[in-house]
Amino acid sequence: MIKSRRSFLKVAGIAAIGLGAAPAINFAASNSHGTGEAVMTKDPEALLARRWGMVIDTNKLDEQIAQDIVKACNNAHNIPDFNHEVDKEKYPDTRPVNKKQEIKWIWEEHFNYAFTDKEDEFLAEKFKNLDFLVTCNHCKNAPCTQACPTQATFKREDGIVMMDYHRCIGCRFCMAACPFGSRSFNFRDPRPFIPKINPEYPTRTKGVVEKCDLCAERLARGEQPYCVEAGQGAIIVGDLEDPESEVRVLLNENYSIRRKQSLGTQPSVYYVV
Amino acid sequence: MLEIAFKGSKNYWLWIVLLLAVIGAGTIAYINQFTNGLMTTGMSRDVSWGFYIANFTFLVGVAAGGVMVVIPYYIHDYEKFHRITILGEFLAVAALVMCLLFIIVDLGQPTRVLNVLLYPSPKSILFYDMLVLNGYLFLNIVIGWKVLEAERNQVKPPMWTKPLTYLSIPFAIGIHTVTAYLYCGLPGRGYWLTAILAPRFLASAFAAGPAFLIILCYFIKKFTKFDPGWEAMQTLAKIVCWAVIANLFFFLCECFVVFYSGIPSHTAHLQYLLFGYHGYHALVPWMWSGFILMTLGAIFLIIPKLRNNYTLLPVSCAMIFIGAWIDKGLGMISGGFVPSPLHHVTEYAPTGNEIMVTLGVYATGFLVLTILYKLATTVKEEIRG
Repeated sequence: MIKSRRSFLKVAGIAAIGLGAAPAINFAASNSHGTGEAVMTKDPEALLARRWGMVIDTNKLDEQIAQDIVKACNNAHNIPDFNHEVDKEKYPDTRPVNKKQEIKWIWEEHFNYAFTDKEDEFLAEKFKNLDFLVTCNHCKNAPCTQACPTQATFKREDGIVMMDYHRCIGCRFCMAACPFGSRSFNFRDPRPFIPKINPEYPTRTKGVVEKCDLCAERLARGEQPYCVEAGQGAIIVGDLEDPESEVRVLLNENYSIRRKQSLGTQPSVYYVV
Repeated sequence: MLEIAFKGSKNYWLWIVLLLAVIGAGTIAYINQFTNGLMTTGMSRDVSWGFYIANFTFLVGVAAGGVMVVIPYYIHDYEKFHRITILGEFLAVAALVMCLLFIIVDLGQPTRVLNVLLYPSPKSILFYDMLVLNGYLFLNIVIGWKVLEAERNQVKPPMWTKPLTYLSIPFAIGIHTVTAYLYCGLPGRGYWLTAILAPRFLASAFAAGPAFLIILCYFIKKFTKFDPGWEAMQTLAKIVCWAVIANLFFFLCECFVVFYSGIPSHTAHLQYLLFGYHGYHALVPWMWSGFILMTLGAIFLIIPKLRNNYTLLPVSCAMIFIGAWIDKGLGMISGGFVPSPLHHVTEYAPTGNEIMVTLGVYATGFLVLTILYKLATTVKEEIRG
């Protein structure tokens, strides 16, 4: 009893010192100017857009490039690889995986799966075995953000559909709502299956949904998304509302298609074919 | 009044212990799921809702079915239902308890469930589903309890229960309509994207709920001295009969539109459920048995001689109840996910752990139901004796 009271007083004392010291520390930290309060500033280098969009130029895409893109995205975003040999020492008792429960942000699909509403009996031979890349479409009218009961998935003013991994309750309503199968759920702790953790991006916990975020954190630093970097010109992102932007020029000069246009979700990912 | 639940026969306690054992086993299975994640279930990236949400949907129907005794008694003064109204209301309470538990066990992050209240999202149908389900649960507990208490004290129930009873009617319709809206407002899911979904849900609810109530009446007659009344059961049977016929009719309407129009994103799902799709047909025998059970049940209930048969009636009701469970509990949810939005076929079957959790939830519901029915029947025995 006495002991616990003493330890309480000790903790309280330390806390009091901390409170007293805080202004002094702030004062030191703020270079003797300003108030020491946190201020949010935008990186002057940040890439901005009124509505972010993506153009995938299928003419420039081949199997190797597609694989490089998927790999770059997976590695950077700490996406678990269910084929990865688990470190038994670090993660003992890891149960066998169910491949149907995997996580995908951007991946390869054949034409008839990527464009289910463009079922073509006599599809041009060159398309039949071509690997199309599919990912979140960052729809203008996103059904997933409408379905979410906690606003854990939401649309930013610049058109990017984002996820808050800390608010998501894991109800998976967004997965039922997405007409493109672009969302994945963490059926288990993904960490044992991440080959090499990238400390620049958070890992996720079990029980939350995730998907492509158009590398919003990179755009904010003035960098291009990983898929654009790895794509050798096959993927371009830019402002769909700006007629001068590279994406708009590409769309103006080429014939392009989008996935399931008839549903009215207005995907922001265009495919030049 | 709750003290009544602590006095019972040997059989009563045996049943309670059995239920507690199943709840215990279900809890152990749930702890496994809670620690390891939903990987313990058969759900997948393509079939992201499974057994839990399917049973949730079915039980919302059972809960809504309670209104089929409330409407005739309170609106049409149908005296025969006087004795069983409380049974309908308490059945709704037990069913709703199960519904809420099924939602909780389905969540990936159950400890964050209050985020739904912290960040209310009026654009999400789940927000409204939460409102109507909890509202209906609250109404039924209050009304059922107050009316029973008044009956025990042989006084009239308080005046304010009357408007609450009337309010519970739109709530009953509401819970199943809003639950249907969860599914039928999603643009990419052809199987659910149909305006007949909510009416179909209601029809099957008004069949399954009262059918179960009739079966419960048999148990009550056998194990207590309270007689719900043969005539009341017959009227209920007629309600079940027409509701199941409406349900089958709505389903045929759906089949016509889907197959005659031939739009692939809509036909694929029914094709999968009824005939198999690209060589996958796990649910085909189930679906056909479900519809055969419901059709036979309807035939047995529409012919007066068969409906009046004391031994056949519970069998017909069980057939309809099981048929409706297959239609909604097995076909409705996985059928909407197979094939996937990219037209891949990933089939779904619940795992053992998932089934154990499900049984645990059902046992909890039955425990609530047993206790509430024990109260109701004892009070009714008391005042007659």
